[in-house]
Amino acid sequence: MSKFTRRGLIKTGATVGAGLAMPTFITSPLAAYTNAPTGGSVTLGFNVPQSGPYADEGADELRAYKLAVEHLNGGGDGGMMNTFSSKSLTGNGILGKKVEYVTGDTQTKSDAARASAKSMIEKDNAVMITGGSSSGVAIAVQGLCQEAGVIFMAGLTHSNDTTGKDKKANGFRHFFNGYMSAAALAPVLEARYGKDRNAYHLTADYTWGWTQQESIAAATEAKGWNTVNNVLTPLATTDFSSYVAPVLNSGADILVLNHYGGNMINSLTSAVQFGLRDKIVNGKNFEIVVPLYSRLMARGAGENVKGIFGSTNWHWSLSDEGSKAFVKSFGTKYGFPPSQAAHTTYVQTLLYADACERSGTFNPCGVSEALEGFKFDGMGNGPTEYRAEDHQCFKDVLVVKGKENPTSEFDVLEVVEITPRGQVEYPADHPMFAGGALGKCNPGA
Amino acid sequence: MKTISKADMRTLFFVAIIALFAPLILNPFPTESGWAQFNAGYPDLMQRFAIYGILAIGFNILFGLTGYLSFGHAAFLGVGSYSAVWMFKLLSMNIIPALILSVIVAGLFSLLIGFISLRRSGIYFSILTLAFAQMSFALAYSVLTPLTNGETGLQITLNDPRIFAAENISGNLPVTSLFGMEMRDTWTMQLGAWDFQFNIGYYICAIFLLLAFYISIRIFRSPFGMMLRAIKTNQTRLNYTGINTRPYTLAAFVISGMYAGLAGGLMASMDPLAGAERMQWTASGEIVLMTILGGTGTLLGPVMGAGFIKYFENIFSKINDTVLHGWFSWMPDGLENVIVWILHLFTGKGWHLTLGIMFMMIVIFLPGGLMEGISRIGKWWKRRNVKNDNTSHNSSTPAQ
Repeated sequence: MSKFTRRGLIKTGATVGAGLAMPTFITSPLAAYTNAPTGGSVTLGFNVPQSGPYADEGADELRAYKLAVEHLNGGGDGGMMNTFSSKSLTGNGILGKKVEYVTGDTQTKSDAARASAKSMIEKDNAVMITGGSSSGVAIAVQGLCQEAGVIFMAGLTHSNDTTGKDKKANGFRHFFNGYMSAAALAPVLEARYGKDRNAYHLTADYTWGWTQQESIAAATEAKGWNTVNNVLTPLATTDFSSYVAPVLNSGADILVLNHYGGNMINSLTSAVQFGLRDKIVNGKNFEIVVPLYSRLMARGAGENVKGIFGSTNWHWSLSDEGSKAFVKSFGTKYGFPPSQAAHTTYVQTLLYADACERSGTFNPCGVSEALEGFKFDGMGNGPTEYRAEDHQCFKDVLVVKGKENPTSEFDVLEVVEITPRGQVEYPADHPMFAGGALGKCNPGA
Repeated sequence: MKTISKADMRTLFFVAIIALFAPLILNPFPTESGWAQFNAGYPDLMQRFAIYGILAIGFNILFGLTGYLSFGHAAFLGVGSYSAVWMFKLLSMNIIPALILSVIVAGLFSLLIGFISLRRSGIYFSILTLAFAQMSFALAYSVLTPLTNGETGLQITLNDPRIFAAENISGNLPVTSLFGMEMRDTWTMQLGAWDFQFNIGYYICAIFLLLAFYISIRIFRSPFGMMLRAIKTNQTRLNYTGINTRPYTLAAFVISGMYAGLAGGLMASMDPLAGAERMQWTASGEIVLMTILGGTGTLLGPVMGAGFIKYFENIFSKINDTVLHGWFSWMPDGLENVIVWILHLFTGKGWHLTLGIMFMMIVIFLPGGLMEGISRIGKWWKRRNVKNDNTSHNSSTPAQ
């Protein structure tokens, strides 16, 4: 410590002083919004689960994002850009800037997802974050994006809360929600299984499970059903036998599985192994219902899904122009048809790019204005509207059934009914969606 | 009052300098270059370095000094986070009340758990703490949902009461602050091709890290610390000499629990969300890994271990296949694919594998952790210098 000399101190002081004085004249002027792209490219952040119970969905979402980026930059066959009713996308990136992307793993955990999204915003200068295969994660990241001042385009999130109690001005959801599933599914279930039924619910213990269970119970009870019991199961559960066993003696004749992804595959398999579907209770055949279906899950559960009803946002067998174009370009690139998760994330990316083009800026407030109340078509769901009050898309909902005689490993679901938009719509202040506030768009910076 | 020794002062000074210039040191590569991938100097990660550093320092006071291996420290971290977020919801967005409450609540909680768990030692103690932590996790995850918001995590909303805060008219979520200084405020300095981010939140964390480090030094050098070391060496003998060791271990347990509470509170102050997974046993295991990796019982080791693990978690996990293809695009196609396929296993979501291998190597070859590595290099350096000195002496002796 005796090496400090006065001369040394003065020298160091001068250097440090000069160093501190430097930045005052080289700092760039403040941008109008967070991460305004400066060079010839713009960065989007794709934050999807690459591990955990929703990893399959995450992998498919990532494929769709890559496809969307390729199409936006003018590669491939353009996919749904050709059928999209808005024609402002030209394959020249977004606003003339080449689209680049960074990816992250949400691990299906709110903490990890936020850390990953934060590093995308702070380190990689992402101007938009999208993804999430769990509503808990989507809500956590949506809150973060609102604070940071970037747009969040929600991926696969089905909880009522995402655009209900936890809605945010910077967050937008194309996917449908628990209420819509229930509204579409209840009439079909009533027609097939009758009025006098006793339902037993197994529910994933987080925001999505809670709100979907609430919606299904309300909709089926309105049709005369009785809800016997609702058991919450932790998201990380892999063995559901201890939850399925009590169903046998509960007097219920319907089992509703409010599970998704790996959870649903395991719980359904377990229910089938317990012989539930061969039972006759109260003089009726025991039935299983899976309100939120996806092709990936149906494929994972194999034989067990045959004849089981559920709802879905989109299915690759739809024959409208948009769906056909998307299935074709996805299939050409990856060799198999896309899932609903892939569809919604692809559409969200295109919608964001289109909103930037139409508003002429990446500023979240401009983008948000362009998306609010935006009506479009040609994206596989028929005429669709982004409602301004809660940033939720309204469109038709598909009721599907596990196919009895699948022709291939991808052809596992058949569309039973396309429920029109009018039947699944609800006012923005519906009690199941109340309690939150959209707030104002936040451009950050 | 006894002041701290010169050597300790030097260590503290060294840590202070590193902490002060971290935004520069951690950003060695120009922003636009391909190497920028490895830059760690962005606010979120730097905050994590400091926060997990505090956590590991606190854990080391228990594990490094008394040898009691707690497998439940994440529970205190989680409890701290929840208390802090509740303060933000109820009082105001100022971080001071939040931090005070998180330390107090974590302290009380660790007093309760410590009182019960410290009746046993060794593996039984570890299992007890593990059980308590998993219990708290399960409670936070489902039973206590009204208090913790379950799996979704506790967040602040626009309609929270916040009785001390001015009415929010902006329509935006309020941000955490310290008397008006917003935690997220970042001042970006552009210096040629480099962007350096100086973030207020990080410097607050760094100040707490220095404070935590200083207190830890004082504990290490105090008679109390000596007693804790004695417990680690031979507790039975202490008991036979008539000393009741329980109050000492309990004090160490509560102190380290309060450290964890502070870390949890800081985490919530930087990002006002508390999730239950913060309390899971894997999170507790991570703390143990940090301490062992850095060097158990050393002052600086745990902080380095924390930095090491957080760096891998945040940097390696983001190297995806596209990035790898970008790096090796100059190779012939076949070779490129083979190399990318091999590296793919170790980067991106395979970062755990890389970390696992590093951990094995360090434990096998450097049982004292990173600190042992450093001291070995130091010794080697000294030996070499001595040798050099000798040779230079020889050569400089005038020719006869």
